[in-house]
Amino acid sequence: MPASRFDASVRRQAGVAIIDLTGEIDAGAEESLNGAYDQAAGDGVGTILLNFGDVDYINSTGIALIVGILAKARKDQRSITACGLADHYREIFEITRLSDFMQIFPDEASAVGDVTLGTTGR
Amino acid sequence: MEALELDSPALEGLRAAGVKLVVPLVSQGELIGLLNLGPRLSEQAYSSDDRKLLDNLAAQAAPAVRVGQLVREQEVEVRQRERLEQELEVARLIQQNFLPKELPDLPGWQVAAFYRPARAVGGDFYDFIELPEERVGIVCGDVTDKGVPAAMVMAATRSVLRATALRLSSPGEVLAQVNDLLCPDIPPKMFVTCLYGVLEPETGRFRYANAGHNVPYVHTDAGVVELRATGMPLGLMPGMAYEEKEAVLEPGESVLLHSDGIAEAHNDRREMFGFPRLARLMENGGGSRLIDLVLTELDGFTGTGWEQEDDITLVALQRSAGAGIVASANGAARVLVEFTVPSEPGNERLVIAQVAEAVQEIDLGDRLERLKTAVAEAAMNAIEHGNQNRPELDVAVSVVASDTELRVRITDQGGDRPIPEAETPDLEAKLEGLQKPRGWGLFLIKNMVDELNVSSDETHHTVELILHLKGDGSAS
Repeated sequence: MPASRFDASVRRQAGVAIIDLTGEIDAGAEESLNGAYDQAAGDGVGTILLNFGDVDYINSTGIALIVGILAKARKDQRSITACGLADHYREIFEITRLSDFMQIFPDEASAVGDVTLGTTGR
Repeated sequence: MEALELDSPALEGLRAAGVKLVVPLVSQGELIGLLNLGPRLSEQAYSSDDRKLLDNLAAQAAPAVRVGQLVREQEVEVRQRERLEQELEVARLIQQNFLPKELPDLPGWQVAAFYRPARAVGGDFYDFIELPEERVGIVCGDVTDKGVPAAMVMAATRSVLRATALRLSSPGEVLAQVNDLLCPDIPPKMFVTCLYGVLEPETGRFRYANAGHNVPYVHTDAGVVELRATGMPLGLMPGMAYEEKEAVLEPGESVLLHSDGIAEAHNDRREMFGFPRLARLMENGGGSRLIDLVLTELDGFTGTGWEQEDDITLVALQRSAGAGIVASANGAARVLVEFTVPSEPGNERLVIAQVAEAVQEIDLGDRLERLKTAVAEAAMNAIEHGNQNRPELDVAVSVVASDTELRVRITDQGGDRPIPEAETPDLEAKLEGLQKPRGWGLFLIKNMVDELNVSSDETHHTVELILHLKGDGSAS
């Protein structure tokens, strides 16, 4: 297996934990993606935004990882949103119906703005 | 000299030349020369002092003379070696000049060839001859002997063969004619072994005859078979007949022509690489991949520091797995690329990259990304599930385009493991933790392409991804 070409880092902005995802979401991303979720969730925020702006590849294993994150968030009663998806992967999120369970925003500003206005959150 | 009483012509000769005194030059107990002195200028006899002086001189001069002699001997040797090297270089040049500069471009076939001379250049050669009606003549031969003479005979054989192949269509008759033409001119004790076959790329029909050369191997679904045909080497006796046989190379099958240098290579335990080992390697791939495999296996067998004993020549052809479709369905279909990757996790990226490059000429627009995702998923399945991440197993990929469709076929060797139906995953159940989060691959593939066909035989799975194209070759 080649070295992981994925990185995830967490920051906070206006009551939202943002996970910046970089590189390729495949089997090699599992550990750092789950680690980033746990870190973000540890802050006790209600919404976690996955920022896909620097992601250039997602495969079916990556989809499964995102499903896993969504399942955890559901259990924790947190909401997950997404932004920065390339058109192709936005289409894949629609085909797989992931978009039914996570609101997708074109960019970070609109995603964070939406939360601060209080329209998101279940 | 005058005191010597010896009946010797040499002595007579020295006396006649006016030599009065001879001082031997001895180095390390070996006579290496003589110091011959004529009469003294004073015309008096040499005194005992003179002799002592001369003895001293000889003792000192002898080693110096010896060194001079050695230097000269070495110079002669170096010149001789240079001449030999030069001769080898000439042989190498002749040989290289007469080997094909490029491989033929046969639609539906992958053609590869390899030639590596031994240090003392043998007489191996191979050739591809463009024949009428899109047929191609394939030659693999070996001249006995080495160096310039072998290279000259190789060059002559090649020219005669080329000329004859263009005149006669039957490989058996070609070899018979070449044999008759070579016989009068070939030096005694030299002969040429040679396999000559004519391939019809479109049908896979291969007619061949063999003048005592190594038997070619064909890899088929049933295993590796030999293409045997009897015939004497060329240049031994005129009037020989050569048996002619025919084989049909089906899509996916490959053929290997080879010279002695490979099967008869020895390792330092004097074991031979052997024909069975070479034949077995055919099971792991064809074309350039096979050549790579053979050379890697040979390196492992001989170890480092091995000096190659004989020239090595390999000619490998593989018929595309998709060639059947090309021939039957649509005359305008072309194989854009065909390759294999070892089954290692992550290698789906190699597959994506090569497929993406191959389809560059087709304007797929947004659908390129969809195709890449489908190809990646199919390749991952083939690597992980079909071939169980075993790097020695290959995933074979072919991309074929016609005006109306683009087909990507991905084949693994997991024919005994069925591929499940592409079902729509139950996302709710996965989110509730009732199902594992995985299981998206086939579903994604199905949604990314226009058609998904899955087929299996006893040993292989093939997933075929089809995108419909508009008539002009761009995306519909």
